[in-house]
Amino acid sequence: MENLINIFVKAVFIENLALTFFLGMCTFLAVSKKVSTSIGLGIAVIVVQTITIPANNLIYTYFLKPGALAWAGYPELDLSFLGLISYIGVIAAMVQILEMVLDKFVPALYNTLGIFLPLITVNCAILGGSLFMVERGYNFTESVTYGLGSGFGWALAIMALSGIREKLSYSDVPKGLKGLGITFITVGLMAIVFMCFGGIQL
Amino acid sequence: MKIKELLFDPILKNNPIALQILGICSALAVTVRLDQVLIMCFALTFVCAFSSLFVSIIRNHIPGSIRIIVQMTIIASMVIIVNEFLKAYAYDVSKAMAVYVGLIITNCIVMGRTEGFAMKNGPVASFLDGIGNGLGYSFILIIVGILRELLGSGKILGMTILPLTRDGGWYEPNGLMLLPPSAFFIIGLIIWVIRTYYPDQMEESN
Repeated sequence: MENLINIFVKAVFIENLALTFFLGMCTFLAVSKKVSTSIGLGIAVIVVQTITIPANNLIYTYFLKPGALAWAGYPELDLSFLGLISYIGVIAAMVQILEMVLDKFVPALYNTLGIFLPLITVNCAILGGSLFMVERGYNFTESVTYGLGSGFGWALAIMALSGIREKLSYSDVPKGLKGLGITFITVGLMAIVFMCFGGIQL
Repeated sequence: MKIKELLFDPILKNNPIALQILGICSALAVTVRLDQVLIMCFALTFVCAFSSLFVSIIRNHIPGSIRIIVQMTIIASMVIIVNEFLKAYAYDVSKAMAVYVGLIITNCIVMGRTEGFAMKNGPVASFLDGIGNGLGYSFILIIVGILRELLGSGKILGMTILPLTRDGGWYEPNGLMLLPPSAFFIIGLIIWVIRTYYPDQMEESN
């Protein structure tokens, strides 16, 4: 249990996907103009991350890992080079399924998340999460925790940035720096702040 | 004329990073050393050019409803080729760059160009557009890489340019440049410079 809490806290603060690894930056910068939209996107990322990372974990453990196909009678097979294409396939399929399920059973949530769901397929935070999970050799429960934590951390970061950007519109920024330029510098400062969490051990 | 536009417009006038907000993730994470930057640029230009080429060749046969996943499969196959190639011939670098080579799949430049350009244009034009956008991406990355390595450790490609004080030279290295956030500041400033040159790129305040 202590191990799981440690993974969660690490994923949210110390190894925040957005502000320490800079994953999902494109969406992070492009969709953070308003707090309300960034909350929607943040929740969508948490949900997708919590589903896809454990799903990819199962696929890696039972199909791709060297020797994983022993249950099918091929103990010497190593399919790990197919990793990238399988993970992105799983992510795209999961997003599509989630979209259909939400549309059918929870239309209210679907209308809020609607436009963000397709965007999530090309969000590198999602694929990055799966790749980190494989690299660190998490087991199934650990990967559920990691998925939840990393999604939560990303959501936290985008909500914070959109809050800052809403306030920023009242300040007098040099003309060429307006919009994207000043956003980059703001994110840089936020990343420095997040570096303070580095080294915290539970 | 057309070829020239396709190849060189994305470098300054329509830069994927500075104007289209595409492909930023890897731009920040791998720029601490110039040799990693060069490999990343090569990998991205290769993937972008060839995915655009192949998507463009089969563009009339792709059904609209599943086009995203078809493009993803083509891009992912290209990235696997690059990834295996790097593992075979540049193992140390590929180890150091870890997941970022794999993340070219979700690099929005590639997806953005196949979806936005290759689906509507012929193979040759798409191929050139892919190379052009790869170059535009490389342009920003190489500037950031040179600045970070030079100011952070006084070296370029591992050769000492500014002798450091701890080795008896005169240059006191700027530790901030070795930390990831410095890439944000440098790119922010590059955007400022580009937009001062091309004022039509400036954003209106709302």
